[in-house]
Amino acid sequence: MDILLQQIVNGLVVGSVYALIALGYTMVYGILGLINFAHGEVLMIGALTALQTLGVLERIAPDLGPLAQLAIALGVAVPVCMTLGFLMERLAYRRLRNAPRLAPLITAIGVSFLLQTVAMILWGRNYHTFPQLIPTTPLEPVSGVFITPVQITIVVVSALMMAGLLVLVNRTRLGRAMRATAENHRVASLMGVDVNAIIGATFVIGAGLAAVAGVMFASNYGIAHYAMGFLPGLKAFTAAVLGGIGNLGGAMLGGIVLGLVESLGAGYIEHLSFGFLNSSYQDIFAFIILGLVLIFRPTGLLGERVSDRA
Amino acid sequence: MITLLEARGVGKRFGGLTALADVSLTIRQGEVYGLIGPNGAGKTTFFNVLTGAYVPEDGEFVFEGSPLPQGKPHQVVAAGIARTFQNIRLFRELSALENVMCGHHIRTQAGVWGILTQSRQAREEERLTTERAFELLTYVGIERFADTVAKNLSYGDQRRLEIARALATEPRLLALDEPAAGMNATETGRLKSLIEQIRHDGVTVLLIEHDVKLVMGLCDRVAVLDFGKKIAEDVPAVVQQNPAVISAYLGGGKHGH
Amino acid sequence: MNDLVASIPFLGKRHPAVARWGTLALIILAPILAGYFGRTWIRVLDFALLYMLLALGLNLVVGFAGLLDLGYIAFYAVGAYTWAFLASPHFELHWPIWAILPLGAGFAALAGIILGFPVLRLRGDYLAIVTLGFGEIVRIFLNNLNYPVNITNGPQGINGLDPLVLFGWDLSRTLRLGDFQIHSLYLYYYFFLLCVAGAVILIHRLQISRIGRAWAAMRDDELAAKAIGIDTRAMKLLAFSLGATFGGVAGGLFGAFQGFVSPESFSLMESIAVLTMVVFGGMGNIVGVIVGALALTFLPEILRHVAVPLQQTLFGHVILDPEVLRMLLLALAMIFMMLWKPAGLVPAQARYSRPGLLARERP
Repeated sequence: MDILLQQIVNGLVVGSVYALIALGYTMVYGILGLINFAHGEVLMIGALTALQTLGVLERIAPDLGPLAQLAIALGVAVPVCMTLGFLMERLAYRRLRNAPRLAPLITAIGVSFLLQTVAMILWGRNYHTFPQLIPTTPLEPVSGVFITPVQITIVVVSALMMAGLLVLVNRTRLGRAMRATAENHRVASLMGVDVNAIIGATFVIGAGLAAVAGVMFASNYGIAHYAMGFLPGLKAFTAAVLGGIGNLGGAMLGGIVLGLVESLGAGYIEHLSFGFLNSSYQDIFAFIILGLVLIFRPTGLLGERVSDRA
Repeated sequence: MITLLEARGVGKRFGGLTALADVSLTIRQGEVYGLIGPNGAGKTTFFNVLTGAYVPEDGEFVFEGSPLPQGKPHQVVAAGIARTFQNIRLFRELSALENVMCGHHIRTQAGVWGILTQSRQAREEERLTTERAFELLTYVGIERFADTVAKNLSYGDQRRLEIARALATEPRLLALDEPAAGMNATETGRLKSLIEQIRHDGVTVLLIEHDVKLVMGLCDRVAVLDFGKKIAEDVPAVVQQNPAVISAYLGGGKHGH
Repeated sequence: MNDLVASIPFLGKRHPAVARWGTLALIILAPILAGYFGRTWIRVLDFALLYMLLALGLNLVVGFAGLLDLGYIAFYAVGAYTWAFLASPHFELHWPIWAILPLGAGFAALAGIILGFPVLRLRGDYLAIVTLGFGEIVRIFLNNLNYPVNITNGPQGINGLDPLVLFGWDLSRTLRLGDFQIHSLYLYYYFFLLCVAGAVILIHRLQISRIGRAWAAMRDDELAAKAIGIDTRAMKLLAFSLGATFGGVAGGLFGAFQGFVSPESFSLMESIAVLTMVVFGGMGNIVGVIVGALALTFLPEILRHVAVPLQQTLFGHVILDPEVLRMLLLALAMIFMMLWKPAGLVPAQARYSRPGLLARERP
C-alpha cells in the first residue's frame, strides 16, 4: 500500500513535468500540424543554460541565497530558450509551411540532432551534477509516503504555469488570435490576425515552458547532460497524443496519466511479468501507450483539435 | 434492358446531418445515366458511398447481380466500377502514360517474385500494360503528352487523362463527377463526344453534372437528388417538366430565403 | 543499368559509353585506390557498401512508398542478432550463411509485418514516431535481455561471430594465390559489392513494375490510388516488409564483417544516419541513395582524418571529436537539404516506364 501511494506521488511529479513539455508540442501541433521533434532539446538547453548561469553566479556572487540563484538561472534560461524557439520557427519551419508533410518533420529531426550536437560541443559529453538548490531530502513521511520539497515545488510550479497558460489562451487577445490561427490560418489572416507573429509567439511560449520544465527536471534528478531532452521530449509527445493532440487540457491530463502509468508500471513490472522484466524496461511504457493510443483511439482521451492547414 | 447497378435504400449520415436518405435507383446496361441536383444535394456523397470511400448506414448496391463490398474501394474497382473526381486527382508527379498504367494495376497479377525474377508472364504483362495505356491515351486524344508529367497538362487534358486512367481499370460502369466543370464550350463539346464514344464502346456511364444542357443532350435517363432524397427519375424531357425538380432548382419552398 | 548511368551528371548524357565504363572501372578499382591511403579506407568502403544496402532498403519505404520509418535500424538489428545467435560461441551454434542470411531476412520481414500491420493506417507523422518507438523498444530489449535468461548478453553484446564463409572459403582470411595476396577487406568489398549490385537490380525491377507504380501513385495521392483499385494497405505492408528484408540482410552481413554485435550499433542515431543518406542523395532515386550513402560514410571519415590533426595544430587540442563532427554533418545535411534542395542531390526522375517504347511510338 505504501509502495502504491509512493509510486502515485512519484508519478504525479514526473507527470506534471511531462504535462508542461507536452503543452509545447500540442500548441505547435495544433497550429501547424507539425511534430516539433526538437522540443525536447529546448528542455535540455534550458537545463544546461541554467546550470551554466549557476556556475557563473557561484563565482561572481557566492553569497546569494538558493532561491535567488534559482530565480536568476530561470531568468536566463527562459529567454534563451524562447529565442531558440523563435529562431527555430523563423529560420527552419516557416520556409516549409507549405511543403509536403514529411519535409518539416525531417527538418525537425535534423534540428533536434543539431541542438544535441551543439550542446555536446558546448558542454561536453559528460553528465553534470545539477546543484540542488531546493532540498531533495524527503520531508517527514505522511502515511509512509516520502515527498521532497523539490517535488512539491515541481507540482506547484507546473500547476501555476498551466493555469497561467489557460488564462493566456482563453482570456487574452493573443490567446484568441492563437485559437483562431489554429482553427484556420487563412481565415484568421483575413480577420486581421498576423498569422506569422502568432505562430512565432506559440513557439516562444512553448519554449519558455520547456525551459522551466528543463530546470525542474534537472533539479529533481540532480543531473543535466546533452541528451537529457530526448526521452522526456518523446514521452511528452506521447502525453500530448494521449490527451488528444492540439488540446491543452488533454496535454495536461495526458502528462499526468503517462507519469502515473510509467511510475506504477516500473514499480510493478516485475510482478506483472513474473520476474522476466525489471524496471530497466520503464521507458517502453511510453512507447507502448503511444502505439496503443494511436491505433485504438488516435484522437486521444479528450479529442484532438488540429488546424486544417488549408 | 439489363440492370447493371441497383441502389437499394441507400442512406448515409454525417453526425446529425442526413446526406443520403433511402436512395434507390436503377442503372441499365449501356445507358448514360445522369445524377443532378442543387449543390449539397448528396450527389458526391452518393459517389463516395458507391465507390467504397464511405460506408453507408442503410441499404446496399447490387452490381451485375451481386452485392458490392462496402468500404473497400479497391474491391469495388475490381468488381468493375471506376470513378473520376470533381476536383481532378491525378498522380501529379507521374507522366500521363504512367498515370494510365497505374489504372491498370487492378487488372494485372505479377507478384513480387515474378517481378524480381522478371518472369516471362511479368514482362508480358508489363508490355501489355504499356501498350494498353498508350491506346487509352490515344482514345481520349492526348497521346502526344504521354511523356508529360501530369501536373503540367492543361486543365482539359487533365480531365481527359483522369478518364483514361479510370478506363484503364476496365470498368463496366464509369462514374464521372462533374467532368465538364471549368470547361469552355469547345472543351465541353469534345467531352460530350468522348462520353458518347465510351458508351458506344460498351461502358455504361453514370454522370454527375451541373451543366444542364450537357445532361439533357447526353443522358438517357436522369435522377434528381435534393436534400439527400431522390425526387425524380425519368428521361430528361420529363424530368425537366417535373414541378418538384423545378422548385428544387429555383430554390422555392423548403430552401428558405 | 542504362537509366542509372544516364543520371551521372555531365558525362552520362553526352558520352554514355565513357560514363559507363569509367564508373565500372572506378567501382572495381576503388578498394585498390583506397588501399593507397591505408587499410582503414578499404574498411570505410566496406562500410559504405553496407550503408548502401541499408539506405536502398529504407528508400523502398521512405522514397518509393512515402512512409517515414524512423525505426528502420531495428530490422538491421534483427538481421545482425540472428547472425549472432546462430553463428557464434554465444549459443554454441555455427550455422552456415545460406541458412542464416535468409532466416535473418525472414525474421526482419516478419518484424516489419508485425509492426506494419497495426501502424500503417496512421498519418505520416504519427507513423514516424511510432516506428521510432519500435526501434527504441527493440534496442531496450537487446540491452536488457541478459536477465533472467541471458539471450542477448546485454550491453556488452555478443563477440566472436563467425565470419562469412562461402563454399568453404573464409572471407576473413587473406587469400593467397601463389605469391599474390588479397587481404580480407578486399574480399569483403567485392562480396558486398555483389550484394549491392544485386539489390540495385532487384529494387530497380520493383521500381519500374506495377508495384513500384502503385507505390508512386500512393505517395502522390492516396485517395486517388484507392479509387483506381490499388489496395494501399497491402502495398504499404509490402513496402515495409521488403524494406525490412533488405535491412535484415545488411544486418547479417554487418555482424559477420564486424565480428561482434552490441545494442549500441542500433541506436536511433543510426536510423537517422541512414535516413539522412536517403534524404541527402534524393528520396526515391536509386542512384541518389547510393551517392548519399557513399558521401555520408566518407565525409565523416575524411573529417576525422583532416579535422582532428588540423585542430591539434591550430588549437593544440581537439575541440570537435570525430563523433561530434559526424553528428554535426548529418544534422546539417538533413536540415539544409530539406530547406534548399528537398529533392536531394540526385532528384528522382518522374518516369518509371521505359523511354524506349515511348520514343518509338511518339509521332
